[in-house]
Amino acid sequence: MPQITYREALNQALAEEMERDETVFLMGEEVAEYDGAYKVSKGLLERFGSDRVVDSPISELGFAGLGVGAAMTGLRPVIEFMTFNFSILALDQVINSAAKLHYMSAGQFSVPMVFRGPTGAALQLSAQHSQACETWYVHSPGIKLVTPGTPADAKGLLKAAIRDDDPVAVMEGELLYNVKGEVPDPEEGDFIIPLGVADVKREGDHVSIITHGKMVHVALQAAGQLAKEGVDAEVVDLRSLRPLDVEAILRSVHKTNRAVYLEEGWPYVGIGAQIVALIQEEAFDYLDAPVLRVTQADIPMPYAKNLEKLAKPDAKRVVAACKRVLYQD
Amino acid sequence: MPREEMEVAPPLEYLSILDEEGDLDQELEPDLDEEELVQMYRTMLRARRFDKLLLEWQRGGRIGTFAPVSGQEASQIGAMSAARDEDWFVPSFREIAAFLWRGGDPVDMTLYNAGWNEGVAIPEDARDFPISIPVASQLPLATGLAYAIRLRGEDDVAMTFFGDGATSEGDFHEALNFAGTFQLPVVFVCQNNQWAISVPRERQTASETLAQKGLAYGIPGIQVDGNDILAVRVAADEAVKRARAGDGPTLVECVTYRLKVHTTADDPSRYRDEEEVERWKERDPIPRFRRYLEKKGILDEGEADEMTDSVEEELGGVWEEAEERIETLGGPDVMFQHVYADLPPHLERQRKWFGTDEEENDNG
Repeated sequence: MPQITYREALNQALAEEMERDETVFLMGEEVAEYDGAYKVSKGLLERFGSDRVVDSPISELGFAGLGVGAAMTGLRPVIEFMTFNFSILALDQVINSAAKLHYMSAGQFSVPMVFRGPTGAALQLSAQHSQACETWYVHSPGIKLVTPGTPADAKGLLKAAIRDDDPVAVMEGELLYNVKGEVPDPEEGDFIIPLGVADVKREGDHVSIITHGKMVHVALQAAGQLAKEGVDAEVVDLRSLRPLDVEAILRSVHKTNRAVYLEEGWPYVGIGAQIVALIQEEAFDYLDAPVLRVTQADIPMPYAKNLEKLAKPDAKRVVAACKRVLYQD
Repeated sequence: MPREEMEVAPPLEYLSILDEEGDLDQELEPDLDEEELVQMYRTMLRARRFDKLLLEWQRGGRIGTFAPVSGQEASQIGAMSAARDEDWFVPSFREIAAFLWRGGDPVDMTLYNAGWNEGVAIPEDARDFPISIPVASQLPLATGLAYAIRLRGEDDVAMTFFGDGATSEGDFHEALNFAGTFQLPVVFVCQNNQWAISVPRERQTASETLAQKGLAYGIPGIQVDGNDILAVRVAADEAVKRARAGDGPTLVECVTYRLKVHTTADDPSRYRDEEEVERWKERDPIPRFRRYLEKKGILDEGEADEMTDSVEEELGGVWEEAEERIETLGGPDVMFQHVYADLPPHLERQRKWFGTDEEENDNG
């Protein structure tokens, strides 16, 4: 299987879907002439023209709303936010228009569109541009959210998101764009990963590390360290936060009887809070220990390099949390 | 090194054709056929009457909050009548008159105002957007659908409605900026009804007019007497023609007045004088247009009165019909439909829980 970067995988997904379906268009800041801030749209302007690969004014609310209006007439817009941090300004159009108008039109208008871009912290971008935005999106019914952590997931999930009849946010990772991984050759047919299906990235029997997005890599790193100490951790990558693969979570917890949720965002009403609630409601009798969470510190992201590193979740903390639920600390 | 005046935009126009007495500037009078003029008048009457009924039903607890249209019929019908059926209607929450002009069913709107989304259901081929409630949020939507029109190579036009208050929102600026930059086929119809709930027009912006706000985005703007249906129609005709020809958007400011409450949750006696309301009643667009039609010999007094009666009669049975349909709606099945295109498993479980046949609760 070919090894390509996460960036190339997203690019392939966009190109294939734009080739397959002429109602798909890409709009955002710097996506055309500049190939996107992270070069995800490289070559697309040349291939599909400036009506379908569109540089927008700096106007997140405007182009989010424009996408909703275009989607309501049957087009399939892909709206790129340079980062989801910029999309906070656009949340009224995301939550009040995209997520509501199918419902409020009694199903008459669909909003088949994608919001995509990186979420979470990169390196030293300071507090306003280092936020994990998943909770803000996933909180509202009417929207779907996927968080690919690998190149293959990035390609398969973005393609599924574009084809979906509901608005889907695809949250990528700025630090993932250069990560390489195996992605099936396009010659071998369409590669789609359905929304709402988790993936066990590493099998194990002793403890479940459940996570999403770029934290998959931190979880795998932690699992590697635990293995050296004789602890066999399972890593469950949710991939999709709405719809949620409840069965996959329960299956893993039934097997290991211990779970840790790892996420990049804040702990307060975070994704982990939802998962912990689910596990205690549905698998209470299977648990041998409380479910713990490993998250960012509950503070705005520090700008200083050393403090930023300290504030982010890392493998060391995941290892410590796993040992705690195993009563090995 | 000069320091001199720059000509950055064409001068702004003000347009009025028909005055309060029903006298008109014949040079500016549009050439509309009699049947259409009568239809416009009848729709104004229907809107005014329906507004009154809705208000009664709301006060009687039969329907929820709504935003009355009285006073703004000329702005809405003058503008909407310039569009053809294939053009798109993108309303805010007060467009009762425009809705009726588009062929909307008062029973549907009653259903909607009673709380049933089914009331915004439109015929399969109709091009009417659902009501947008967050102020100005429909403007970017209209811009997006205009973008879609252009991408498909069609020559349809998107017409969107909003109030003076909406011009202070970011959505207004971002939508106009987009529409100007991409020269999209949108007609922005601002109904400056003088009040954004309790905040007067002067406190909304220091701009002398709202129409001039278009100029900063490279969009032609025009201010019209919004209670003069002929002036609104002429301005809207020009705007629609411009959009259809691919020459971009227009901002039409209709200077009008909200004769009633902002919404039924509002009490305007707390912030505006009755004298002001009385002054605007003298400029009421309906009697003004009636005088015009009578002077033109299109309707005589008897016919006009008869039309008022027939409209009352036509709308007389709306509530009963709406009530019959409401009885067929309701319950958890309707509540969970349409959150997503397909009902996801967790909502299927919740549907059962909120119904009566299951005891399981699962929010997962």
